[in-house]
Amino acid sequence: MTGELDDVVREFLLESYENLDRLDRDLVVLESDPASRQTLASVFRTIHTIKGTCGFLGFSRLEAVAHSGESLLARLRDGKLALTPEITTGLLAMVDAVRELLGHIEEHDDEGTGDYTALIGTLRGLQEPAPAPVPGPADPATPAAEVDPEADQAGQEAVPSGREESRGGGVSDSTIRVDVALLDRLMDLVGELVLARNQLLRLTSAEQATTLAAASQRLNLVTTELQEGIMKARMQPIGNLWGKLPRIVRDLALACGKQVTIGMDGGETELDKTVVEAIRDPLTHLVRNAVDHGIEAPAARLAAGKPAEGRVGLRAWHEGGQVNLEISDDGSGIDVERVRRRAVDHGLVGREVAERMSERDAVDLIFLPGFSTADQVTNVSGRGVGMDVVRTNVERIGGRVDVRVLPGAGTTFRIEIPLTLAIIPALVVACAGHRYAIPQASLVELVRLEDGAGVETVHGAPVHRLRGRLLPLVHLRQQLGLPEPDAGPGSMDVVVLQAGDRRFGLVVDRVDDTEEIVVKPLSSGLKGVGVLAGATIMGDGTVALILDVVGVAQRAGVVQEAHERPSSEPAAGTAAPGGGQRRDLLVFQTPDDGRMAVPLPMVDRLEELPVAAVELAGQEEVVQYRGDILPLVRVSATLPERRGRPRHDGGQRPEGTIQVVVCTAEGRKVGLVVDRIVDIVEEHAGEQAPGSRPGSSGCIVLDGRVTELLDVEALLRGQPGPAAPALPVPVEEGVHP
Amino acid sequence: MTGAVEHEGGELATGGGRQLCTFHVGDAWFGVEVTRVQEVVRALQTTPVPLAPAVVSGLANLRGQIVTAIDLRRRLELPDDLGRAATSVVVRTADGAVSLLVDDMGDVVEADPDAFEPPPETMVAAARSLITGAYKLTDRLLLVLDVDAAAAS
Repeated sequence: MTGELDDVVREFLLESYENLDRLDRDLVVLESDPASRQTLASVFRTIHTIKGTCGFLGFSRLEAVAHSGESLLARLRDGKLALTPEITTGLLAMVDAVRELLGHIEEHDDEGTGDYTALIGTLRGLQEPAPAPVPGPADPATPAAEVDPEADQAGQEAVPSGREESRGGGVSDSTIRVDVALLDRLMDLVGELVLARNQLLRLTSAEQATTLAAASQRLNLVTTELQEGIMKARMQPIGNLWGKLPRIVRDLALACGKQVTIGMDGGETELDKTVVEAIRDPLTHLVRNAVDHGIEAPAARLAAGKPAEGRVGLRAWHEGGQVNLEISDDGSGIDVERVRRRAVDHGLVGREVAERMSERDAVDLIFLPGFSTADQVTNVSGRGVGMDVVRTNVERIGGRVDVRVLPGAGTTFRIEIPLTLAIIPALVVACAGHRYAIPQASLVELVRLEDGAGVETVHGAPVHRLRGRLLPLVHLRQQLGLPEPDAGPGSMDVVVLQAGDRRFGLVVDRVDDTEEIVVKPLSSGLKGVGVLAGATIMGDGTVALILDVVGVAQRAGVVQEAHERPSSEPAAGTAAPGGGQRRDLLVFQTPDDGRMAVPLPMVDRLEELPVAAVELAGQEEVVQYRGDILPLVRVSATLPERRGRPRHDGGQRPEGTIQVVVCTAEGRKVGLVVDRIVDIVEEHAGEQAPGSRPGSSGCIVLDGRVTELLDVEALLRGQPGPAAPALPVPVEEGVHP
Repeated sequence: MTGAVEHEGGELATGGGRQLCTFHVGDAWFGVEVTRVQEVVRALQTTPVPLAPAVVSGLANLRGQIVTAIDLRRRLELPDDLGRAATSVVVRTADGAVSLLVDDMGDVVEADPDAFEPPPETMVAAARSLITGAYKLTDRLLLVLDVDAAAAS
């Protein structure tokens, strides 16, 4: 809002915007139920109020537009005219014009020079040719045109906030507007009061003086209630956000030639104002998508045995300190096969990866950046920006998006969001003498490592094997540039955190406790620090910094390639928060210190066999294995050397054993002789670089290392022996120069 | 008032002069418009902010409000004085309240606009960007601090 607006005008604007939102809603309701006199009266009153006020304030253009709409509405209300889609469209156009004018007034303090004569003409035209007047609601009690809306209202069950027609009125007596900044300030003060109370309680607990103890007890109770009250004052029903949606759905459905109704349930569910703002765009996007992509055209629906009219449903409810939000449609459901194809066509995943994906993982592909299934780019959707932004926005406020598809019967998006961003549960840790708060939404578990045991290094990067998975360790002191502790590696407290789809262990000096903290923003100059999400005031009055888990992970390099790298641990079964396809890979080391991997499902067993067991059958090395003859393939020998580095005897262990990975491919078993088995790692269906030499089907990044995928099938086809080191293997994805 | 920052606070000043809240940092004597000063607090406990610019001494809790503390010694590129008990001059900025750490408080001085001059060219660069000018008082110079420049982190 630029310029100093007069208070009266400001209030007029605020009020009118609210009225317009309701107007959108009412008009859409009216269209489906033209006989609803109550709705019609509400619409009439709203326009009448705007007209009256702007006349008073001297906004003549606005008044003219509102007046033409009002006249049309008067005829509708009096039953002289039946509501047609044309009239609804005309009225909605009027609402848009009013909104535009209000916007101009807000920005420039005047009505601008827009020409609305055409619109006014249209609206006049609509009321002229009064087609066969509907028998309509027989209520002749309502006199013509300029009836006092108050009188009208009196007879009916009023819409919640009774409108007054005079200027400045219209706000229900029981509510007032409060600046959010004032509420924030009150929150601050209440927080401070809580601290003072805590100190007082500590002092009086030692005292036996009963009056003082009683007084501080009372103070305690009042403070707690006050805190809750202020929190509540910041809450808004989610219905405020939904107000605009019926209009959006209607316009979009018309534009797409579809019939769609919108149903809303749980609009009274309350959320903190900041959260409401944060989900506004994602929600709108999902609803638009449901109409544009989800609901089929009427003919297709009838053919599928469904009613011609599609339905978009919104549902909100509280659950476990969170708010759940569902956006569902009864359309055809996301076509999983099409999603796979699209993702492959757009180069988002490899074809093989896409084919191997489970249905659920494949559906999750829609959340990848750059994904769009729309065949044509419309002004509605299909620009390939969207679902990834939805997910990003929701995750930014600590929420999650999940999608469920019922083929042929619809798609449901479910968003879980925290109730408030102002107060969050957090884990308090200490590092270099200061405390840091870690939002609990990112917390997975706590691990304590005694005497530095269980820490290994992979090329200088510390990792910990947590239940068989490698967990990269990040030292908070290092990341924050704090001095190293004096004592050597004693026991270590590791906070396992989830950053996007990656897990990592944050090494801290001490884990304190979990606490509800009040999040305060940092000054703009400190936001650039990146690893901090804000600050909070602890129980003793000192300031503690809140860590930005994703920021820390980025700084430490854990999530550089968020989409290529896997979570080190399966995401607790369902609803893989990272989304996308995962597969397990067995990683082993080649003699030239390179890394190779084979898909785990191919691997039957890992064996350590004595060298003496290796026999020669013709040119082939074989071992007797479980009553069979197992051909051995020395991986290092079969692949042409890339770097020409001298290699030691591939697969030979000092103790005279060889490491063998027993694989099944194309119905045959083969033993791959490798140098050392490194780990089993979960891989995310991310980008895959083409293989750089025959026998490797591609390169991926696993745990920070470039890892080649061994093409076992190709190895088998080549039936290599020691005499045929280089394989004539077709390289699937093209060779790097 | 050549070069001086115009503030609505001028109305408050009596006798046409500007009222300046003064303090010492190192050898220099600074003043800021009294209307920009929210309060002066002794010994505000701060929490250091890792990775933040060096001038940021930390964050402090001022009755439930978190304020950024800026060390004026560092801002002026003066050596740290470890022995001092810094006083916080809490000033209002567009980005919320900011605490400026100074060595010592002075009096509130009413300065005569005629005695104001832009900063001397010879001043060190670190100081010149922070100072809008100086009042030539009878015995010494009072440097006028640019609050927004000094409080930026």
